[in-house]
Amino acid sequence: MNIVIVGCGRVGAFLAGQLDKAGHAVTIVDLDRGSFVHLPQGFGGTTLLGNGTDLEVLRTAGIDKADAVFALTQGDNRNLMAAQIARQIFGVKRVIAKVNDPIRAALYRAHEISTVSRTTILGTLLEAMLMGDAEVGKVLIEKSKAAEAAMAGELG
Amino acid sequence: MYFVIAGGGEVGFHLAKALLESSHEVMLLESDRRRAQVIEEKLGSVVLNAPADEGRYQLEAGCQRADAVIAVTGEDPANLIICQLAKWKCNVPRVIARVNDPKNEIVFKALGIDETISSTRVIMNVIEQELPSGGFLPLMPLTGSHLELIEAEIAAGTPSAGKSIGSLGLPEGAAIGGIVRKGAVVHADDTTKLLVGDRIVVLSPTKDEAGVRKALFG
Repeated sequence: MNIVIVGCGRVGAFLAGQLDKAGHAVTIVDLDRGSFVHLPQGFGGTTLLGNGTDLEVLRTAGIDKADAVFALTQGDNRNLMAAQIARQIFGVKRVIAKVNDPIRAALYRAHEISTVSRTTILGTLLEAMLMGDAEVGKVLIEKSKAAEAAMAGELG
Repeated sequence: MYFVIAGGGEVGFHLAKALLESSHEVMLLESDRRRAQVIEEKLGSVVLNAPADEGRYQLEAGCQRADAVIAVTGEDPANLIICQLAKWKCNVPRVIARVNDPKNEIVFKALGIDETISSTRVIMNVIEQELPSGGFLPLMPLTGSHLELIEAEIAAGTPSAGKSIGSLGLPEGAAIGGIVRKGAVVHADDTTKLLVGDRIVVLSPTKDEAGVRKALFG
């Protein structure tokens, strides 16, 4: 798949690395060149310096041919704007935005933008761990641990 | 009337002041505490020190009964989200967004915010009433579609000069709607040749703007 990721913080860089390893064509956009250091060594995708809410930058990133777009900057508003441009203007089928404010996450979900809120996902998981409810995070935690072990292994 | 203004920069402050002077009711949302205090000092208790992009503060500011919400922060993404929240959550009848990057006028319209003000565009319009020669200018989006209207001028040396429309390789879905030649409208079909001095109007899907530019200007 062709995948565009807006925002190369820890989450964006991690996801870019995973998808690149799985053989997808990944382009990752960030305003700050320094943020690309988060990418794993040997990252085979494309990095693009620019504002991920700018129409021209998104075009250059190949959003018109993207199968999926992730908006993962630190700003909820920026993520929602980038995601709506991808979904409404370029007609990208799968668009997911990180929106930490649960209220905005719920509201935009009702407007065709898939949103993921770290606040509620991590909060729900932590509560379940405290209460000893293993079901909630079972698969998630196993997969995360495997990815973490792989990353630690690569560093030697 | 009752206006809620989001953003207490210079634009927001002077807008609030002007509206108050013409006897309107105003509430200004400003997230920076010190800036909010400065404005309150000058305008009285018409300031809510809170971020305007969160629904609960819009409710606290009384957006449900506002005649209009005007988003004038320096950040385009924030202005977009503030206006959408006001429309969707508070059913505000009229929302107006300031756009700092003029390209975003088209984006905002495509995303349901019809009234935008771009200071760059206002100044540009004053400076140049005319399209620069060899120019390519996205004019406006067509409401309710993902199409936009583009104006372009064919100058000497423009790669498409002398070519027929059918041979330009325009993106699928884009069409030349008309040609203005020597002040008159010329019908455009696939066999019509573009000449130096022609001004053309192109209808194009917003996503294919770059393709149209390439077909005309190489």
